[in-house]
Amino acid sequence: MVERPASWKVETRTRASSLFLVAALVLIALAVAAPAFVGRGTLRDLFFILTMLVLAQSWNLLAGYAGLVSVGQQAFVGFGAYAMFAAVSLWGLDPLTAIALAGVAAALLALPTGFFVFRLQGAYFAIGTWVVAEVVRLLLAQWKALGGGTGTSLPSGATRDFAPVAWIEGLFGVRSAHAVDILTYWLALALAVAAIAFIYRFLLTRQGLGLAAMRDNELAAGALGVDARRLKWAVYVATAFITGVTGALIYVQTARISPDAAFSVIDWTANVVFIVVIGGIGTIEGPIVGVILFFLLQNGLSQYGSWYLLVLGLIAILVMLFAPRGLWGLFADRTGIQLFPVRRSLRRAGPKPQTSDSRGGPNG
Amino acid sequence: MALLETRGLTAFYGDFQALFGLDLMLDAGETVAVIGANGAGKSTLMRSIAGVLANGADQVLFDGEPVGALPAAKVMARGIAMVPEGRRLFPSLSVEENLLIGRYGRQVGGAWSLDTVYDLFPILKERRQSPGTALSGGQQQMVAIGRALMSNPRVLLCDEISLGLAPVIIRDIYAALPRIKASGASVVVVEQDIGQALKVADRVYCMMEGRVTLEGRPAGLTREAIHAAYFGVAA
Amino acid sequence: MNWLDTIVQGVLLGGLYALFAAGLSLVFGIMRLVNLAHGDLIVLAAFLILVLVTSLGLDPFVAALVAAPAMFAIGWLLQYHVLNRTLGDDILPPLLVTFGLSIVIQNALLEGFSADSRRIPAGGTLETASLALGPISVGVMPLLTFLSAVAVIVLLNRLFYATSLGRAFRATSDDPVTAGLMGIEPRRVFATATGIAMVVVTIAALYLGMRANFDPTIGPARLIYAFEAVIIGGLGSLWGTLAGGIIIGVAQTLGAAINPEWQILAGHVAFLVVLVFKPRGLFPRAND
Repeated sequence: MVERPASWKVETRTRASSLFLVAALVLIALAVAAPAFVGRGTLRDLFFILTMLVLAQSWNLLAGYAGLVSVGQQAFVGFGAYAMFAAVSLWGLDPLTAIALAGVAAALLALPTGFFVFRLQGAYFAIGTWVVAEVVRLLLAQWKALGGGTGTSLPSGATRDFAPVAWIEGLFGVRSAHAVDILTYWLALALAVAAIAFIYRFLLTRQGLGLAAMRDNELAAGALGVDARRLKWAVYVATAFITGVTGALIYVQTARISPDAAFSVIDWTANVVFIVVIGGIGTIEGPIVGVILFFLLQNGLSQYGSWYLLVLGLIAILVMLFAPRGLWGLFADRTGIQLFPVRRSLRRAGPKPQTSDSRGGPNG
Repeated sequence: MALLETRGLTAFYGDFQALFGLDLMLDAGETVAVIGANGAGKSTLMRSIAGVLANGADQVLFDGEPVGALPAAKVMARGIAMVPEGRRLFPSLSVEENLLIGRYGRQVGGAWSLDTVYDLFPILKERRQSPGTALSGGQQQMVAIGRALMSNPRVLLCDEISLGLAPVIIRDIYAALPRIKASGASVVVVEQDIGQALKVADRVYCMMEGRVTLEGRPAGLTREAIHAAYFGVAA
Repeated sequence: MNWLDTIVQGVLLGGLYALFAAGLSLVFGIMRLVNLAHGDLIVLAAFLILVLVTSLGLDPFVAALVAAPAMFAIGWLLQYHVLNRTLGDDILPPLLVTFGLSIVIQNALLEGFSADSRRIPAGGTLETASLALGPISVGVMPLLTFLSAVAVIVLLNRLFYATSLGRAFRATSDDPVTAGLMGIEPRRVFATATGIAMVVVTIAALYLGMRANFDPTIGPARLIYAFEAVIIGGLGSLWGTLAGGIIIGVAQTLGAAINPEWQILAGHVAFLVVLVFKPRGLFPRAND
């Protein structure tokens, strides 16, 4: 090992990522203002895209970074949704508090379920998570106060009588149902930005970098001081929280729940997996690309019934076989552009800086 | 025409080049030894011939036909069997099953069958039902040799068969070589033990850093020449 | 309620689950591959048999005999051309490709056959016939299912431990590179193994389709039962898989006897309980 000269410093930022940061801030500002100039239908589409994006980012953290391939994330979507329903309909809490509570409930659910699924390795972990999701679904279908197997709806005034909704009604001069859509859209936007920021920050920490080492070789990661077991638990619980919050938010907007819908493996796991795989697993950009493509495909093929899922499945298989790093991976390989760089690079920090996009340093 | 020949054989592990244009040949009925220090490329040479590593098709010729690009299973079917370094017995298979699987891809008549292999190494008959990996190192090496013989190969490649074994056991194992040669097989032995190699070989190649540094009949090679070719320094 | 009767029904049901699981167990044992589309392939085979029965008027058992080679070919080609590409140290590709395959098969079947429930007509009185064994009465169909499961496991064990192909399976599973030196082509051996698993899948599909209604979406649940049976039994042990199937079956019939809504739940709970106390299953293979 050669001592690193003082005139070099560790950097993760690239020129593309700095430009992107500015663009992203502008985009977020536009998105916040969107309810002023787009209709309800568009808002609902954007809500759908944003919530799917959060689910995709969270699954990507779990599978793409931590190597925990779960096909049972619907357990946390459904449990979060049911927790929110219970908090609103049975205990009379406001929707916002209920959503936060739902996240906590999902994280708490991750403790006992993690106890079971972490006894299984690799592929068996995957099916184990599915079994757990089935068990949670079957148990909640027994909850008669929330409609048992057939489900129930939120009380009609539960979201409309919420103070912020009245404020939005006044602000935009819209009816209460529209105001609820605006509120849920803003919440989805905030959730998406927060989730991406959280995941990106996490990946830049020492523990986050340890994830990559752990996926490659758990023993070697251990030698580097990464406690693989604790790290996996932390990621599993954190993604359960994010997924639970998202599930609750989705069902605040839907206002109607049933066990089959809330625990749907197609809606909350298959679609999410396809989004991540097609976009590019193991990158933050991938799910963003994937969710846009997913939305276009679903809209374009929706009149053909189940064909869109068939096509989506085929595309995902082809991507996995021939471009395992997804569309974003193909793009990044060709252009070298990273919007969320996590790789660290050495840069000369002296008076004569090198070109800002130089990657790698004297020690490789 | 040589039975087996390499022409300008090169081999790579990723970006790392392990062999730099080797020219070797083996005539029918001949026993050739390849000697060299650790990392000289001897095992890479064996793996290239056996098809474990893919090479240019014309870099390995067997019976005059290009086999360099064939996968291991196809090379084996043509009659080149290998005793791999470290024996590599199948732990899920008994001794007898390890022998039987040796002819999975090539079932031709010839000198070798379960009976004649047991005749060559009688201890294996006693241990036939044991898991292959429950045997002592020397016995495992006998299984590995027997397994390769079961396909009645025309060329037998032996990669470091004396590695990690006691001298008395090495002697026992090499005692089988005359009968193997008598069965009609041509043999390539890779050895770090120079003395052993010179004793059994008709011709010797010495390798260093992926190149052949010396070639000749044992009687015609001086200690000094071998030493220089082996270690790359003048003695 | 007759407890003995309930348990016997559960044991026989376990035979069906063992049939679901045997193919999964075989493929996992040889190439460490978990096929998430396994349940959907069972449903695909059931539709294939149904088509042969309804369009050609074949007896279901004859139809299964016709379907078996077709399913073998599907399995062989699927493994050789698709799944072999996914094998390696990274667990993501096989999982995600087979998960995608599961969704593709489900939706292709939905397009082809709609979401309606179907059933393979069993012909004659087979569906309703029963035998009196002492104090309990046993349906002929469940009994036949169970005996078929036992026969399949006996045959697979013979194939695995007493044939040249079985030796090649085990050798390739141990060490594919050295297997190549024996003239074994791992890609072909894996394809053959998946083909054989698909023949077992055809047998499972025959009984699935004759005993109860099925539709294109029930595959994943069959995968889960199969998976639970494999894990309970211990990875790679076929008799263990039968035991696992029986445990799931008995748990389900006992659960249903207490409250019909608890049938499926009871099976899952039994699995989780085994997972807590015996995480490697009841009959783990020594060298796993």
